[in-house]
Amino acid sequence: MSSNEDLKDTNTEARFEFKKEERSSFQAEKGLTEETIRVISEDKGEPEWMLKRRLRALEQFQEMPMPTDWPGQPDLSEVDVNEIVPYIRPDVETRESVDDWTDLPEDIKDTFDKLGIPEAEKNALSGVGAQYESEVVYQNMQERWEEKGVVFCNMDEAVQEHEDLVREHFMTKCVPPSDNKFAALHGAIWSGGSFVYVPEDTVVEMPVQAYFRMNSEGMGQFEHTLIIAEEGSEVHYIEGCSAPKYSAFNLHSGGVEVFVGEDAHVQYSTVQNWSKNTYNLNTKRALVEADGRMEWISGSMGSKATMLYPSTVLKGRGASDNHITIAFAGEGQNIDTGAKVYHNAPNTKSTIESKSISKDGGRTNYRGLVHIADGASNSSTSVECDALMFDNESTSDTMPYMEINESTVDVAHEATVGKIGDEDVFYLQSRGLDDDDAKQMIVSGFIEPITEELPIEYAVELNRLVELEMEGSLG
Amino acid sequence: MATLQITNLHAKVAEEGGESILRGVDLSVESGEIHALMGPNGSGKSTMAKVIAGHPAYEVTDGEITLLLDDADVADIDEDVPAEMREWDLLALEPNERAALGIFLGFQYPAEIEGVTMTNFLRQALNAKHEEREELFEEDDDADVDEDDEAGYDTSPMEGEADDGEIGVAEFQQLLKGKMELLDMDEKFAQRYLNAGFSGGEKKQNEVLQAAILEPSIAVLDEIDSGLDIDRLQDVSEGINALRDEQGTGVLQITHYQRILDYVEPDHVHVMIDGEIAQSGGADLAKKLEDEGYDWVREQVYEAA
Repeated sequence: MSSNEDLKDTNTEARFEFKKEERSSFQAEKGLTEETIRVISEDKGEPEWMLKRRLRALEQFQEMPMPTDWPGQPDLSEVDVNEIVPYIRPDVETRESVDDWTDLPEDIKDTFDKLGIPEAEKNALSGVGAQYESEVVYQNMQERWEEKGVVFCNMDEAVQEHEDLVREHFMTKCVPPSDNKFAALHGAIWSGGSFVYVPEDTVVEMPVQAYFRMNSEGMGQFEHTLIIAEEGSEVHYIEGCSAPKYSAFNLHSGGVEVFVGEDAHVQYSTVQNWSKNTYNLNTKRALVEADGRMEWISGSMGSKATMLYPSTVLKGRGASDNHITIAFAGEGQNIDTGAKVYHNAPNTKSTIESKSISKDGGRTNYRGLVHIADGASNSSTSVECDALMFDNESTSDTMPYMEINESTVDVAHEATVGKIGDEDVFYLQSRGLDDDDAKQMIVSGFIEPITEELPIEYAVELNRLVELEMEGSLG
Repeated sequence: MATLQITNLHAKVAEEGGESILRGVDLSVESGEIHALMGPNGSGKSTMAKVIAGHPAYEVTDGEITLLLDDADVADIDEDVPAEMREWDLLALEPNERAALGIFLGFQYPAEIEGVTMTNFLRQALNAKHEEREELFEEDDDADVDEDDEAGYDTSPMEGEADDGEIGVAEFQQLLKGKMELLDMDEKFAQRYLNAGFSGGEKKQNEVLQAAILEPSIAVLDEIDSGLDIDRLQDVSEGINALRDEQGTGVLQITHYQRILDYVEPDHVHVMIDGEIAQSGGADLAKKLEDEGYDWVREQVYEAA
C-alpha cells in the first residue's frame, strides 16, 4: 500500500506537520470503530483473546464519560476521538535504510541542535536513521540477559512469544480498561511499547532503557509497558527520551503496568518532552507484594495538557513506594500531575516528592491521593510538593487528598509555593552569573532531588531541557 | 590599583513616587584600603551597597559611580587594554558585569539556594566572571563572535560543555580547599547547599569565602559583623584582613559597631546621615561614634544647613 496517497486523503496538515508519512505502510481508518480494532489486531496477527480484550475495552471506552468536572482540570474539549488515527504501521522495508533526519520538522531538529546532541545520538533519539544501531546495542544486552532468563522486547512481540505471561498480566489486575476512559481507549488501540520480565532472584544491574524504541514501532502514541519483576528480583527501567518526541497525533494515551513481586525492587524512570500540541493522558500503576519496593521517577515536560498520576498499590505487608515527579509548564500549557498510593497492608510506607515549575502563564497542578485502608496499621506516608513560579501570570495549585481509615499511622504533608525570588537572582548576579544563568541555577537546584536519582546522561539532558524551556527556545 | 569613585549619588526606590534615599553621596575607595561606613538605621548605608552592585529595586536619579582600573587590575587580560577601557561607568552595567570588573557585595542576608552545592556554585561563578571579563574587554569587532556557540555542547552531553579555558573541577577543588583552610572553615561546607540551613555566622563566613575565591578589587561588605559571636567575629575579621593583605582588595565595610573595627583597622571612617556622607575621618572617628552616638554629627549637619 502506498502510504503517501492514503495519508493525504485522510489527514489534515495540522495533524501531520512533518514528513514522516513515507515510512508508514499501513494506516487504519480515522475514528474509532469495531472495524478499526479488528484491522489493527489482524494486522498484528494477534490471538483471539487479545482481540476480545480490545473490543471489550472499546465498549467500555464508549460507555464512559469524559472527565470534565475535576477542580482545576485541564480542558479536554478539543480531544475528539473521532479525529484520531489510531494506528500507523511503519514501513519495515525502509525503516532501517532511510535516513530521515532531514525529514524531521525544523523545531525538532533545532531542539536536538540546541541540546548539543551528537549526530548518532540524535538519530537514535529521534528513533529514525539509527534504529539499526540501536538494535545492535539492544541485541548485545539481550544476549547477556537471556542467559539469566530476562526478557526485554517489544510489546507486540511479547504477545506472540510470551503469550501466557502477557495473557495473565495484560490489563487484567493492574490497569483494567474500566479504570478510566483513557485506560479503556488505550486498551482498545494500544500498539507497541516494552515488555520486561525478570525472573526470581535476578538482578539486572544496568538500567533497561527503552528510549530508542519509542518512536520506532507503530508511532508509539498508545504504547503499552508491562514490567513483571518476580520475587527477589531487581530492575531499573527507563522509558522515553528527553528529546521532544514528535507527536503524529495530538493525543498520547500510554499505559504502564508494573508487577513488583515479594521483596523485589523496580525503579521506573522517565523523562519525556512532548510537542506542544499533544494531550498526554496516561495511566500508570504498580502492584507491590510484601516487602517489595516501587520507585517512580518522572519528568513531565511539553504537551498542551497532561493528566498523569502514577499510582502504586501496596498490597503486601512491608511494601514501600517512592514517587519523585517534576513538571514544567510554559505558555498555554496545563500540566496536571501527581501521584496515588493505596496502602492496603500493614507496615507499608510511601513518600511522594513533587516539584513543579511554571512560567509565562503556564499552569501546574499537583493532584495526589493517599489512601490508607482500615487495617493498614503502622503505615506511614510523607507528601511534599513544591511549586516554583517565574511570574505573576503563572499558576500552581496543590490538591492533595488523604483518605486515612486507620489510626496507627504516620502521615505528613508539606507544600510550598514560591516565586523565583528577585533577591535570589540578584545575589547570584552579584557573583557574576547573568540573569538567565542565575535563574537556571535556581531551577537546577530546585529539581536536584530528581536529577540526582537519574543516570548522568538523563540528568544532564533534563537540566539542559529545562534550561531551553526557560529560554523559551523550545516549542 | 582600582578606584571606586562615587560622585553626587542620588537614588530612590524604583517605583512611582518611590522614597528618595541617597541624596548626594561622595566617596572614593581604592583597592588595598579599608573604609568603614557607619550611621544610624535608615540612613541609606545598605541602599548604597546595593546601588553599587546594581540592585534593580533602586533607581539612580543623579550622580555617577565610576570604576578606574590600572595595569595590575587588567593583568589577566591577554591583550593590551587601552586607556578608554580603564574607566567604567558602573551605572550602565548589569550586576554580573560589575562583578566581572571586580565589584563584590557581601550581603547582610544572603540568599539560600537549595540544591546547588557550594562547590558547584563557586566554580560556576568564577568561570562566569572570567568569561564576562573577556567579553567586556574584547574589542567591539569581536564582541559578537561568542554569541552563537552558546547554543550547545561541542562534545557529548555526558561530558558537559566544551572546555574553553574554564577552571576544571579538580583544579577548582584545590583552590577552594586552600581558601577554606585560610578561613578555618570545615571541609564539609563545600558539599552543602549554598547558604541553605547555614547559621548566621556561617553565612557571613561564606560571604568572605566568596570574596576570597572571586578576588574582587573592591568588596562592599554590608553589616558582615551582625549576629556574630566573638569567635566567629574574629574568623570573619581575619578573613577580611586577608582579602586586603593577600589580594589587595579594597573594602568598604558597613557596620553599626566599633567592635569589628578592633579587628579590622579602618584607614577611613565615614558617617552617613540621611543619605549623605556627613563626616569622614580616621579610625578615631569610629571610637568617638561608639562613645557619643550620632547625635553630634547630626547636629553639625543641621547647623551647617
